[in-house]
Amino acid sequence: MNDMTPNQKERADKLEGMGCKRKRVEDVRFVQGKGNYVDDLKLPGMVFGDFVRSPYAHARIKKIDVSKALALPGVKAVLTAAELKPLKLHYMPTLAGDVQAVLAEEKVLFQNQEVAFVVAEDRYIAADAIELVEVEYEELPVVIDPFKAMAPDAPLLREDIKDKTDGAHGKRKHHNHIFTWEVGDKSATDAVFAKAEVTVKEMISYQRVHPCPLETCAAVASMDKIKGELTLWGTFQAPHVIRTVGSLLSGIPEHKIHVIAPDIGGGFGNKVGAYPGYICAIVASIVLGQPVKWVEDRIENLSATAFARDYHMTTELAATKDGRITGMRVHVLADHGAFDACADPSKYPAGFFNIVTGSYDIPVAHLSVDGIYTNKAPGGVAYRCSFRVTEASYCIERIMDVLAQKLGMDPAELRLKNFVRPEQFPYQSALGWEYDSGDYHTAMQKALKAVGYDQLRAEQKAKREAFKRGETRELMGIGVAFFTEIVGAGPSKNCDILGIAMFDSAEIRIHPTGSIIARMGTKSQGQGHETTYAQILATELGIPAADIMIEEGNTDTAPYGLGTYGSRSTPVAGGAIAMAARKIRAKAQMIAAHLLEVSEYDLEWDIDGFRVKGAPDKFKSMKEIAWASYNSPPAGLEPGLEAVNYYDPPNMTYPFGAYICVADVDVDTGSTKIRRFYALDDCGTRINPMIIEGQVHGGLTEAFGIAMGQEIRYDETGNVVTASLMDYFLPTAVETPKWETDFTVTPSPHHPIGAKGVGESPNVGGVPCFSNAINDAFSFLGSTHIQMPHDNWRTWMAAEKLGLHG
Amino acid sequence: MIPGAFDYHRPKSVAEAIALLNDLGDDARPIAGGHSLIPMMKMRLASPSHLVDLRGLADLAFIRAEGGEVVIGAMTTQHQVIASADLAARLPLLRETALQIADPQIRYLGTIGGNVANGDPGNDMPAVMMCLDAQYEVQGQGGSRRVAAREFYQGAYFTALEPGELVTAIRIPVPPAGHKAAYEKLKRKIGDYAIAAAAVLLEVSGGKITRASIALTNVGETPLLADAASDLLVGQAPDKALCKKAGQAAAAIAAPASDARGPVAYRRQMAGIMTERALIRALGL
Ligand SMILES: Cc1cc2nc3c(=O)[nH]c(=O)nc-3n(C[C@H](O)[C@H](O)[C@H](O)COP(=O)(O)OP(=O)(O)OC[C@H]3O[C@@H](n4cnc5c(N)ncnc54)[C@H](O)[C@@H]3O)c2cc1C
Repeated sequence: MNDMTPNQKERADKLEGMGCKRKRVEDVRFVQGKGNYVDDLKLPGMVFGDFVRSPYAHARIKKIDVSKALALPGVKAVLTAAELKPLKLHYMPTLAGDVQAVLAEEKVLFQNQEVAFVVAEDRYIAADAIELVEVEYEELPVVIDPFKAMAPDAPLLREDIKDKTDGAHGKRKHHNHIFTWEVGDKSATDAVFAKAEVTVKEMISYQRVHPCPLETCAAVASMDKIKGELTLWGTFQAPHVIRTVGSLLSGIPEHKIHVIAPDIGGGFGNKVGAYPGYICAIVASIVLGQPVKWVEDRIENLSATAFARDYHMTTELAATKDGRITGMRVHVLADHGAFDACADPSKYPAGFFNIVTGSYDIPVAHLSVDGIYTNKAPGGVAYRCSFRVTEASYCIERIMDVLAQKLGMDPAELRLKNFVRPEQFPYQSALGWEYDSGDYHTAMQKALKAVGYDQLRAEQKAKREAFKRGETRELMGIGVAFFTEIVGAGPSKNCDILGIAMFDSAEIRIHPTGSIIARMGTKSQGQGHETTYAQILATELGIPAADIMIEEGNTDTAPYGLGTYGSRSTPVAGGAIAMAARKIRAKAQMIAAHLLEVSEYDLEWDIDGFRVKGAPDKFKSMKEIAWASYNSPPAGLEPGLEAVNYYDPPNMTYPFGAYICVADVDVDTGSTKIRRFYALDDCGTRINPMIIEGQVHGGLTEAFGIAMGQEIRYDETGNVVTASLMDYFLPTAVETPKWETDFTVTPSPHHPIGAKGVGESPNVGGVPCFSNAINDAFSFLGSTHIQMPHDNWRTWMAAEKLGLHG
Repeated sequence: MIPGAFDYHRPKSVAEAIALLNDLGDDARPIAGGHSLIPMMKMRLASPSHLVDLRGLADLAFIRAEGGEVVIGAMTTQHQVIASADLAARLPLLRETALQIADPQIRYLGTIGGNVANGDPGNDMPAVMMCLDAQYEVQGQGGSRRVAAREFYQGAYFTALEPGELVTAIRIPVPPAGHKAAYEKLKRKIGDYAIAAAAVLLEVSGGKITRASIALTNVGETPLLADAASDLLVGQAPDKALCKKAGQAAAAIAAPASDARGPVAYRRQMAGIMTERALIRALGL
């Protein structure tokens, strides 16, 4: 845009289009406390539901007595599996081809599992009534450790499917086994390992964590029995899919279900799937003919709705002595909890974990994943990452450091040596993906330079020597991570959910005065869609972003889309809105030609309208064209300016980035100070640099939380011991490090505006970067891998194991 | 996260509060700032049928000097403790500790009386009061009595308070000017209770430690007075090796639980490290 005249620049600035640090329009209501969340909804006659949950992780239900609860004044109904079974709603299908109990029938399989749903006139009565439901349990042996779940004599968890030898993805090999997923060339990989000069192997666990959005999950169901219509408000990252699932389950025709996702206070994957609370609210509303609200509390959110990770990755690299990687072999034990409720595209039971070769040109690789049932809550969602991508990124980035250590090579140098080179794009990875674009060397070198990497290593060397001399009790760690994400699910050839291809959509309507409403199939949960989509339109259509309203979340008005998760909004719906805008612009060009009495081929686009080539003063602005489209359309042309696009992306997009972290570890307490954190992100075309920076800050903060303290932990009897924010680590502003952000721009060649998506990159790159920093602090003492989270006591234990406490 | 039903009472005087507590019996609980009690009620770990709100007792919010003592009314908030210039000058240990409790929002409501009466080993003020050898003024139907902080704590949530009694004030003997004190608290984040913490109070004269007192937070069922550790200091010339030895002696009496803050071995060791660091900082070593 450097060749703009001052006049053009002034007009372009007015649009606040792509590249503008436009302030988030949604914040006007959020910062004034005027957001409209599910729990803000009040309907006449609305009643409240609350769950009776299991205190045990594995137990047989001998008896449920609801009589005392029903006798409490104000209690309207108590649902148990017995009530749901005749409706065939005591189980619901999961996105992963399994079923999940809505209300436990014969057994409970994890602590806090839903056993009964009490509906009462207000929340207080409901909370009192759940204490009056008497459930008699017989405790059964508990399996928490996924490694033990596969022992031949391990207790049988899923009696309901014990005779199923075939799962959704092939044969089950054990009664607690869900699936095996294999990718890559096993024999070629084994052959490379057999003759490799150097190999490394490490069991890298990515602990169970939870997305823990500020707003917990909630729904209000309202059945209008006269019209036979159901309205369902809820915290839905994918409202259209919820409507389809709701219709299939309930038998209510899809057009008679209205799903509305109002403002959402964070999702991070937690709000993609369907939960028993939604089903119970719907059933209760049908039974009672009254609106039913269900809002979970924090303990329920942390202990019963979808967790993330719990991947145990045995990882191997083969390389030459001088550091060229020749092969990779990974086996994952994936703990899915009691039901397989992962939210992955149907063909990918381990998501896109096969991005595990990362940013490196690894000639052969083999990956196998075994999904396992345990007595833990179901889930396995993509917590601020595309499906299982952060697990993959952690796996490769951690093992790269282990290899560097074995080779005696600097971790940055090892990465530079093995990067996919710019001329190799589009690059076919050994595990089956086609990387669209990248310039990894430039990004890495920029990062190294920005932090003064060589000086940092020199300082570290001096500190290590001082430590050995007993002059300091602090260790310095430098974490390097270079990630490649795979986002924007996705092309219909790869991706579907319940058979619905993972396209997304936009519908744009220009009003006579030239303002716009655009409706999208996605659903913002804090990403700022109302701001950024408008910027794409502003640039594409020459209408100021301030004159554009973006609407999402109402299935009656928005076009069908698959929702927002896996950084798919910009890559997929962002493509849809650009393509729909181009249809409008093509029509606008015809109208402009008509108005200017020239051929449309004589016109060229100029910021906010069309002008006649070579006659700059003959110009029609989009606002004038909009008016004309309603007032005097050319003969034969349909009036109005509207367009719809359903965008099926030709490929995924592959954002990448180089992150560097400097940490100081106090070996006597195990506490860590993050001295510096530098994040360079390349997300292709940058729509709003300020929103990108905000997303990076938020994602890094979550990555910091995960790497340095988050864990959903169970004791051996299956009690979840980290189910409140007193114990589940959510960093505050005080603990959060200062972030330094940077960027390069390598547009996606196949995306209409070249954008790749950024919301999840910082989580994907951040976690390995923090972990590598802590591991790096101890590596000179011979330690190869310390498991996350790197909280005080684990870090202290690592030091203890190395004999650092005298 | 919804408490059971309760009745609410707001007495205007200590006498009225005590009468109410005694009339209503076992199901009544006093509530001060509510920042320990309400979370327990929301989780239904406590389900009192009556709450007797002490916030109407304005005469219990004060900080004043009485002879060689500082007396702090039970309803003085943690924020008021931090804001008091007098305390900052004469008992800087209190301000230092209060600043490490929870976060500002909680400190605006949480009271020092509630903090010491609560009986949760995670509370920070009890160990500090033991370290300073404070006395609690306790009032009940039968009149008032004084209980030494060092005698007050009997088990987790189990104190020397009888049903129907209130802590009305805390009396702290002011250590001589030039005394040395510190509170070292290791925690995971703002608003977290201690992994381990140590309060130390020292007097040094002629190059020797003449008086020492050490107490530990959250590494036992009650706050712990580390006598053996402080005995080891008295009469010695302060140096880092001595502080380390005292730390080890403090760790030896720690009996922490294993929880999300870490296993027993770690937390015990941290009691020692916190003691050592508090001593080193107090002594300016
Ligand atoms: C997120 C969070 C973090 C926290 N972190 C810390 C921390 O790091 N360190 C720390 O020390 N505390 C911490 N607290 C607790 C906080 O300091 C409380 O405010 C304090 O423990 C109790 O004071 P209160 O006035 O709120 O008492 P309340 O909660 O009102 O009462 C606590 C108990 O004491 C009884 N009680 C109150 N006043 C009296 C009285 N005068 N006489 C007799 N009995 C009485 C009540 O009946 C109740 O049993 C935290 C609290 C929260 C919510």
